[in-house]
Amino acid sequence: MIMDYVNAFWVGGLICVVAQILIDKTKMTPARILTSFVVAGVVLGSFGIYDKLIDFAGAGATVPIVGFGNTLVKGVMKGIREEGFLGVFTGGIGAAAGGIAASIFFGFLASVIFNAKQK
Amino acid sequence: MNNSNQEYLDYIEKNSPKSKLWRNMLLAFLVGGGICTIGQGIGDIYEKVWGLNEESVKNAVPITMIFLGALFTGFNLYHKLAKFAGAGTLVPITGFANAVVSPAIEFKKEGYVLGVAAKMFTIAGPVLVYGINAAIAVGMLGYLMGY
Amino acid sequence: MQKRLGAQTVRFQSPVSFLATASVAGQKEAQGPLSKYFDVIMENAEWGEETWEKTESKMQKHALMRAVEKSGIDVKDINYLFAGDLLNQCISSTFGLMDFGIPFMGVYGACSTMAETIGLSAMAIDGGFANISAAVTSSHFCTAERQYRNPLEYGGQRTPTAQWTVTGSGAAILSGTGQGPFVTHFTSGRIVDFGVSDANNMGAAMAPAAADTLSAHFRETGRNPDFYDLILSGDLGMVGKAALIDLMYEKGYMISKNYDDCGCMIFDIEKQDVHAGGSGCGCLASTFCGYVMDMIKMGEIKNILIMGTGALLSQTSSLQGETIPSVAHVVAISTERNRL
Repeated sequence: MIMDYVNAFWVGGLICVVAQILIDKTKMTPARILTSFVVAGVVLGSFGIYDKLIDFAGAGATVPIVGFGNTLVKGVMKGIREEGFLGVFTGGIGAAAGGIAASIFFGFLASVIFNAKQK
Repeated sequence: MNNSNQEYLDYIEKNSPKSKLWRNMLLAFLVGGGICTIGQGIGDIYEKVWGLNEESVKNAVPITMIFLGALFTGFNLYHKLAKFAGAGTLVPITGFANAVVSPAIEFKKEGYVLGVAAKMFTIAGPVLVYGINAAIAVGMLGYLMGY
Repeated sequence: MQKRLGAQTVRFQSPVSFLATASVAGQKEAQGPLSKYFDVIMENAEWGEETWEKTESKMQKHALMRAVEKSGIDVKDINYLFAGDLLNQCISSTFGLMDFGIPFMGVYGACSTMAETIGLSAMAIDGGFANISAAVTSSHFCTAERQYRNPLEYGGQRTPTAQWTVTGSGAAILSGTGQGPFVTHFTSGRIVDFGVSDANNMGAAMAPAAADTLSAHFRETGRNPDFYDLILSGDLGMVGKAALIDLMYEKGYMISKNYDDCGCMIFDIEKQDVHAGGSGCGCLASTFCGYVMDMIKMGEIKNILIMGTGALLSQTSSLQGETIPSVAHVVAISTERNRL
């Protein structure tokens, strides 16, 4: 049990460190880095590699945005299994629906409640 | 006067202060790891205390993390943490929430339709576009290869 | 004597005098070392307005109102208003200065606007087209962030070369009759691009333009840097300031002795977390219209050179991968008028 937390911590932290190195050492903008990370998640997910990391690190692998890419591609695969070709289109967002809907809903809610403030 | 000057560019490259890489890496590691650990804790509570099944936990954790990211952004705290944590707050899904919520709040002054709604995905949009398209491309390829 | 001295410099024949200047500054600026020289300090970033843009407009309005008050003239006596700011289509100036009912000349010089509008005002007066002219500009951290960078709540990390947009405004009223200090020369800048493309290193992008105009000023006036008690650039920040000193040295001018940059003066760089220093139209405007004018009045400095430096980029040009063209304008100010 305690090892679950330790593994989540160091794996998640390490994924962030990779992004930090890209920020400081290359000309890549944060938006490009995030985009690459999601695509990396899709690629790793499609080979089933990312699932092994999730088994090991739990939230350390699912919470970083890479996990979002994995969710998308896993959803597409599941969609194909259940619906055939149509699943290519319905599976991905279907699997990630919770996160996408939550960000739209909470984003809107926050804009109603809060106002921009100078730091 | 376009006088692109390699010598000057080299001079600037050499003389501009550099990011403190080791310090930034350490902070990104600690904060990023910390956020993931919180996610792990939330998952455990859902699973072991509330007795949610595995599939529900998979959905509930990101939703909760996004809620927390939105909340911290709204309370003007997320960017304060991000100033130190850098990628540590950028890469977790809470950073995605921050990227959605911050323009929504900022552009409220341009109205709820063309401000909040239209600008909501100016920063986070690319992640969805490329993530979803990459997954579809992989899916099509897999389908054609007879997966 | 000729009014035009060279390709870039004009020398004013009639005495063009500052009647009054006024500065407005935000809270962060008021916590900096120049605090006591600002005329108006905003109690917070909103300053009672609904939008940041309205706040910035109000800053210009109050800067000009205060300058008019200090000068003792009537608003109607101002023949021209030269003003601009950083926002698209210069909306801070438009909305802030609309109510004055003065003929308006909108100017976009990015952060060089203060020097450019003072120079244009002086030209209008020396040309005999105006008795009194006013120069106004401003910048606001929040309006600049949302237009050029990210929403305020977005969690981004600033690079060490990034500069902090000053929340400040300045207004100067110039007249053909007055007791000084006088505007003696105006060296207008050419657009210079050395190929810097990092929008988080504006000082580096602007330093070559600054060196170009500054050396033209010395060359065409026959003066050398030692003539001035103070040479002041607008917002080169730490990186640009060092680069300008080196670029001028290569051109054969030693400026390090009496040179400083408003971006390095307006904040306590160590304590206020502004990375490479301040930037924005309001940086030179509020420093010059406050601190510098007070120093001149107190007799601390007699001959000074102010140089506004502007990075002429837009979000579109940045996204399309263009480098950052820059411009610098130099205004020479003296407690003594030019002799005919």
